[in-house]
Parts: sequence; C-alpha cells; structure tokens
Amino acid sequence: MKCAEFLNELTNYLDGAIDARTKAELEDHLAWCHNCYVVCDTTKKTIEIYRDSQLYELPEDLRTRLRTAIVSKCHSRKKSGPEHV
Amino acid sequence: MSTIQPKVDEPVSDELALVQAAKAGDVGAFEDLVRRYDRNVFRIAQHITQNREDAEDVVQDAFLKAYSNLHQFQGQSKFYTWLVRIAVNEALMRLRRRRPERMVSLDEDVKTEEDSLPREVADWAPNPEQQYNQAELREILTRTIQGLPASFRTVFVLRDVEGLSTEETAEALDLSIPAVKSRLLRARLQLRERLSRFFQRRENGKEKPEIGDANQ
Repeated sequence: MKCAEFLNELTNYLDGAIDARTKAELEDHLAWCHNCYVVCDTTKKTIEIYRDSQLYELPEDLRTRLRTAIVSKCHSRKKSGPEHV
Repeated sequence: MSTIQPKVDEPVSDELALVQAAKAGDVGAFEDLVRRYDRNVFRIAQHITQNREDAEDVVQDAFLKAYSNLHQFQGQSKFYTWLVRIAVNEALMRLRRRRPERMVSLDEDVKTEEDSLPREVADWAPNPEQQYNQAELREILTRTIQGLPASFRTVFVLRDVEGLSTEETAEALDLSIPAVKSRLLRARLQLRERLSRFFQRRENGKEKPEIGDANQ
C-alpha cells in the first residue's frame, strides 16, 4: 500500500467504517511508515481537540433571552392563525 | 491506533411525542425541543457565519421556521437532523449576505491535490493543547477553523464537533455521502496541517509561533 492510498482511507479508518481486511492492510502500512503514523495520530488529535474545545458555548443569559423571544413569537403565531394547522 | 469514538446520542424516544404535541399547538413541548438543541444550533451557526449577532439571529429564525413548518416534518429523519438542515440554510444565507463578493456554496469543492498531501509530518507534543492557556488555545482553534472554506468547515463541524453520522450530515446538507466523506477528509487534513505548527514537539529554546498567524 502506498501513502496516497493510506490517506484516501484515513477518514474511513478513523471512523471505523472499514472492513477487517482493509483495516489490517492499513495497520500493516502504519507499522512501517512513520510519516503516515504521525499524520494519522495527529489527525485523530485534531478531531479530539475540536470536539472537546467547547468553542462557541451559548452563555446562559443569552440562552434564556433567545428562548423567551422564540416562545413568545410561537405564541403570537399561534394566536394569529398558526401556519402548521 | 484506536478509532474516534462517536458521541453517545441522547435518548430520542420521547422526542417524537414532543414533536407531535408541538404540532398540536403545545408551545411548551416546542420549548422543550428548543432547550434540547439551542446550544447545538448556536455552535453550528457561529461556525458557519463566524459572527455572533448572525448566530443569535440564526437560532431564533431556525426555531421559528421549524415551528411554522412542523407539519412538513414527517418523522422519517430525526427532528435534530431536520432542524440542522434549516439552521445551516439560515446560516449560509446570512454568510452570503455579509460576504456578497464571495460565492458561498456547500457545493464549493476546492480541488487542489496538494491539500490532501501532508507537508508537515513532525510529531506533536504529548499534550499539545496544554502548551497554551485556555484563551490562547481558543484563539488558535477559532482562527484555524475559520480559514477553511465554508463547505469544508460545515461538514467538519456537523460530523466531528456535533457528532452527526455521515448519513445525517449528507441529509442535513443535501450532499451525497461520497461528497461528505471527501470534504471531511480534506477538512481534517487541512486543520491538522495548520495546527501542526502550534502543537509540534519543540526542542528546548525554540519559540512558539505567534497565535495571530493561525489563519495563514
């Protein structure tokens, strides 16, 4: 297996969306190709860092304000003849 | 090397009941759905629009649109996937309005071979994120993801940050499954490449890069 082929399968490999035979071939490649090992490992870390990053958390006061506005508009749409009935 | 563990889904058994009640006019039931997903919609909206006010508007407009169109929700997909689809469209509309000079499309498929071929293969420090304080890390991550094309950014956020499956992401974005996979691979590799300069193992005395360079 060449590095380019490994990279093509990287997303399927990290997501576990891959059959046992291809997985074994990829892991065989990883065992001797240090560059692909590093790319695979740091891609996985990239995903984990973003997933755990808590970027753009909705502050509680803003959350309440938005929800109150949404609910109040839902009530007025209901009174003025809801589109969903 | 182990695979990425998907986020565990919240139980959705009572969700259909909430949707049915909301359809029948129970605003309280709809409010429960808002509570359940407002944080997710806000995150997605801010990742796409890159603007706080726009993200607030997207949260309001997406939920109101969902409320008004509940009769169109047939229950074939999850309510959340259906809601995300509405929110993504609202967010893209605002992004286009703010940047009319740039074509913003989910079909945007930047074909550059070298994007897929990693240039930076230095290993990272054992706990790379701990080299920076929380504010610095936030800055690095924000600027880095903002540098991606909107179509890559959106797929990455839905799949890897929000934990939607490939199929749900395809449905929410109206893309084919191969298109989602191809954008996801390139988004992941580009983010990895850009983060490498911040997170690589450093010899003693070698300076950390300036955080303001994250988007270059």
